[in-house]
Parts: sequence; C-alpha cells; structure tokens
Amino acid sequence: MQSFKCSAQDLVDFHGGEISRELFVNADIYREEQERVFARAWLYVGHATQVRNPGDFIVSKMGEESVILARDRAGEIHVFLNTCRHRGMKVCRYDEGNTKTFMCPYHGWSYGLDGKLIGVPDYQEAYKPAFDREEWRLVEVAQMAIFRGTIWATWDKSAPSFEEYLGEARFALDHALCPWDGGDGETEVLGSTQRWIIPSNWKIVAENFAGDALHVVSHRSVDLAGIGPSEGEGRRDDPGRLVVAAYPGGHGVMYGVRDATTVPNDYRGSRITAEYFRHCWKKRRARRGPTADIVPLVGTIFPNMSFHGQQPRTILVAHPLGVDRTEMWRIYFTDRGAPAEVKDFLRRYYVRYAGPAGMTEQDDMENWNYATAASRGVIARQYPYHYKAGLGAAKTSDLIPGIITDHPITTEQNPRVLYQRWAEYMDAGSWDHLLGKQSVIR
Amino acid sequence: MTLPPLSPARLAYLNLMREIEDFLHYEAELLDERRFEAWLELLTDDIHYWMPIRKNLAFEDRDHDITAAGDVAWIDDDKTTLSKRVRQILTGIHWAEEPLSRASHLVTNISLFNQATFLADPASAYEDGALLNIKCRFLVHRNRLETETDFLVGRREDTLRRVGGELRIAKRKIIIDQSVLLAKNLTIFI
Repeated sequence: MQSFKCSAQDLVDFHGGEISRELFVNADIYREEQERVFARAWLYVGHATQVRNPGDFIVSKMGEESVILARDRAGEIHVFLNTCRHRGMKVCRYDEGNTKTFMCPYHGWSYGLDGKLIGVPDYQEAYKPAFDREEWRLVEVAQMAIFRGTIWATWDKSAPSFEEYLGEARFALDHALCPWDGGDGETEVLGSTQRWIIPSNWKIVAENFAGDALHVVSHRSVDLAGIGPSEGEGRRDDPGRLVVAAYPGGHGVMYGVRDATTVPNDYRGSRITAEYFRHCWKKRRARRGPTADIVPLVGTIFPNMSFHGQQPRTILVAHPLGVDRTEMWRIYFTDRGAPAEVKDFLRRYYVRYAGPAGMTEQDDMENWNYATAASRGVIARQYPYHYKAGLGAAKTSDLIPGIITDHPITTEQNPRVLYQRWAEYMDAGSWDHLLGKQSVIR
Repeated sequence: MTLPPLSPARLAYLNLMREIEDFLHYEAELLDERRFEAWLELLTDDIHYWMPIRKNLAFEDRDHDITAAGDVAWIDDDKTTLSKRVRQILTGIHWAEEPLSRASHLVTNISLFNQATFLADPASAYEDGALLNIKCRFLVHRNRLETETDFLVGRREDTLRRVGGELRIAKRKIIIDQSVLLAKNLTIFI
C-alpha cells in the first residue's frame, strides 16, 4: 500500500483480531482501494434475467464506475464501461431498456450492443487519415462469468477464473442461488432494484453480511414487533444451527444447518407458500443428500457482493461512493417456477425485511452510519476495532467447506478473514502474488 | 359587487373539501406529534400503503417509470405490517428511530378526483363505503440527531373511505420524486 506509508498488513492484526479504524475513515486508503481492490477483484454486475432478450440492457456499477450490462443481437452478454470513448459522456443514462445502439448525446458517437463504434458524425470528412474505429470501441471488462444466473466481471485480465476466485465458497454461492429444490432450474429477479445511499464505509456493510453473528442483538426491536413469514413472530423462521465459514479469497458465509430428521415447515403465513417450500425441501434432500440442509443465510463474496440465501433471498451490492458514502443496490430473487402467490407473498416479506424501509436493515444502517462517523476523529482513529470473538476456535468440517466455527461459539472469524484478504490486495502488486498469499489465511 | 351564486351543490362540495382537508391535516398532525397509535386508527383494516420505486427510462417508456403493482417497491404494506412498524418504534430500541426523528408533513394541492359523482349526488359522499379519490403533494422534512436531514417530496394518491360517518384511509400510493433514494432509510410514515 502506498497511500498510508505502511503495509496494509500493519493495519490488520489477523491473529490478534484488531483492525485499524483507518480502513474505514482514511480517504487516501479509500482512493487506493479503488485501484487495488475494485479494479482487480471479480465484481457482481447483474442477473441474466434482467437482460433476457437481445437488446435488453441495464445500467449497473462496478465499484465507483457506471457500467452497462447488455445482451447483443447474437444473445451474448457484455459489460461495458458507461462512457463515450470520444469525450467521456455517459452513453446510457437510463436504468434499463431495450435498444439497438448506445448513442452518446454529446457529439453523437454511437456504439452497437457488442460495443463496436458504429457511428461517428463526419467520419468521412473530418478524419484524414481515417482513424480505426475498431480501436475506439466501448471499454469492455477483461473477463466475465455467469454463475447460476448471476453475472460477474473483472477489469483485470490476469485475475484467475471466477470459479478459482470463489474457491470453496462456490459451495455457498451455489446453495444460495439455486432454486429451492436444489435442481438446475432458474431463479429470477423479482422485479426492480432498490438503490439508496447510506453514510457509511462500504466495508462495514461487507463485513456485516460476511457473517457477524454478534450483531443480532441490534435486531431486538424487529424481533419484538414480529415480521416473520410464519405466525408473525421474530423476523424469520428458525434457521437451524449456525455455522460460520470463511474462505481464503476473503469470502465469508453464515450457514444455518437444519435438522435433517424433520421437513422444515417455514412460511406458514401463506398456505400455498408453505406447501411449495415443503415440496421443494423434499426434492432438495433427494438431490443434495446431507448438504441439502446446509443453507447459506448470509454471505459476502469479496469485496462487496452480499447475499441472503434464505429468508429473504436477495443480493446486496455495497458500491463505494466515497470513504463514508455507499450506494446500496438490492435485488430480490426467487425460483422462477414458483407459483404467483408464492412470489407475491415473498416479495412483501422481503421488502418489509430489507431495503431502506426494511425493519431489519434500518437498524443495521443506523449502526453502520454512526460507527463510521464516530471513527473519523484523530483520537478515535488511534483505537483499533475489536474482532477477537472466536479466536482459535476455527476448524474444518467434512460437510461444510472452508474454515469453520461451529455453534455455539459466536465468532468474528469471517470479518478477520475479509480484512486479512483486503490487506493482501492492498499490498500485492499482482494477481500472482495475491494467489500465493492465500496460505496465510488457511 | 355581487357574489357569484352559491348553489347547494357548490356548498356541499366546499363542505366536503373542507372535511377532506381537515382530515389530511389532522393525519399529518398526528404523525408530526408522534401519535402513531392514533394514526393507525385512521387507516382501514384493508389499507394498502404503497410506495413504488421511480426509474430513469427513455422517453417512449416514460409511462412506466413508476414500478407497477406486483413489482418491488420501497414499501408495500398492509395494516398488519404498518401496525408492526408502529410497534417497533414503540419498543424504544428501534435504533434507526431512537431517538425519534423530528418530522413535519406538509400536505398541499389537495384535490378530489371523482368530484363529479358527489356534485351530482352530494349525499352519496356520506354513505357508508363511499370512496373519495384524492390527489395531493407532500413535502416531508425529517431531521434527526445532529445533522441528518431528509426532504421527501412527491405526489400522493389517497383513497379515503367513509366508515361509520368518518373518513378513513383505504389506499395510499406515495410517488416520490427520487430514483436513487437519498435518505438512508424510510423509518417515518409519509
């Protein structure tokens, strides 16, 4: 790391469980993060069901950058930087739509759905000799991958494949994103994206969803109010035994492990929904055997894609906007084949749970807001955050991949691993170096 | 100078409008005074309280820039969920509203959209189950703790229903003039 005149590792005491507050409030570190983390890591961009037909596009973000996710005439998916190669204007200022071209409003350059520069005003007359339009295509990501409908990309051509990037966290993402019956059917985005801005550092969001079992105390008010999908108790159905698992790539997941001797009886607030999920559980167990009951409740794929795998099922991306500003993008998803009444019931539950009006997420955001604010001062910065819960408790399991800490130990293992990996990104000059480093966490 | 004649129908209309305005002002007052349980009493048991999302769409799609019923919304509540929101605030440990926000609800441009019905038959506005379709604008100013300030501005489409002689809110659609929500949360009622 260059911005802070020290190694990022000096700010992250992985073995002692102490993390410097500079990570959350230092503007120089934030700037360097954009290059070291967001320009290199695999980032979540969108979902294939948002661009189902040729010509469909959505505008998304990769870190601070605006990007276009588009499906071309041949059905291929592309991710482009949303900026005209001529003089920088956004070539798309719509959230979504269907188009044949992206035409820049500034000087009229236009690009095809495959990114090719296809129109330049006065091309024949003004450019002598003519410039090669092929060299002035929209900037496209270096690599793109689709995993169970989710679309990921990286700007770094030397990054490993997405599967390698996930490592054993693939298990979690697969279980989180598959249809509930555990098969190979489609999930789909339930509708539009919620986007809102919070005054917090993005990493506080990422670590929360990576598996911070200790923060459940902050949700006491929603548990008392009772918004759950069964008899209106708590905020969700009993997720089972909690197991936290971390992955050397910086990913963290909190699993709920269900009792395999009974069929879960969730979503009892809607008879059809309850029946649908009981039916799915039976198929899921038949398909997936002993791993069927291991459900990722929440997780973060490094750096900033977080998900709820169950109750609600949603993807949240914490896009950095500044050292103390984050743009939250939340989509909700469900089984494509679920009955309409199930989707309707889930949608209402999801929206009262999460998002800016979500009775659970509201209290999280209050904590993230004022943790950021109260760490900003020169005195406050001298005192590291405390992540010592569960130090030394990590082990491995036959059923759940990763470094795990088992019930009943609550642990801050996953944030520790996330910040250790963050420090490695900040210090490492290349992907070769980064891949070699994972052994420290293991 | 002679005043224009005040027909019985016109008088009935003014009387009804005054009742509607008084009702909406009273509702705003209850929210600003944080009398949330009393506010719940103004809602019918089958209320749909809905705040869709606004999108940035091309001109030809401009009529679809408000998320439709069945799409994801900011808020899509029934009476049960609204009651739970109130219950959560009243726990005193709902950290996003503890301490409570300071809010002022300005409700303006109030108009009755199905007024022709009631001009033709003024008494029908007082029959049990009568539905009054209201459009208005809101400006909700929220400030909390030291510097947190939000301006929530937009349109509202309310359906009021006559229940036992009184007006009650049976539907509310809140159309905010923001796409990316600039407030960190929506813990106050609009």
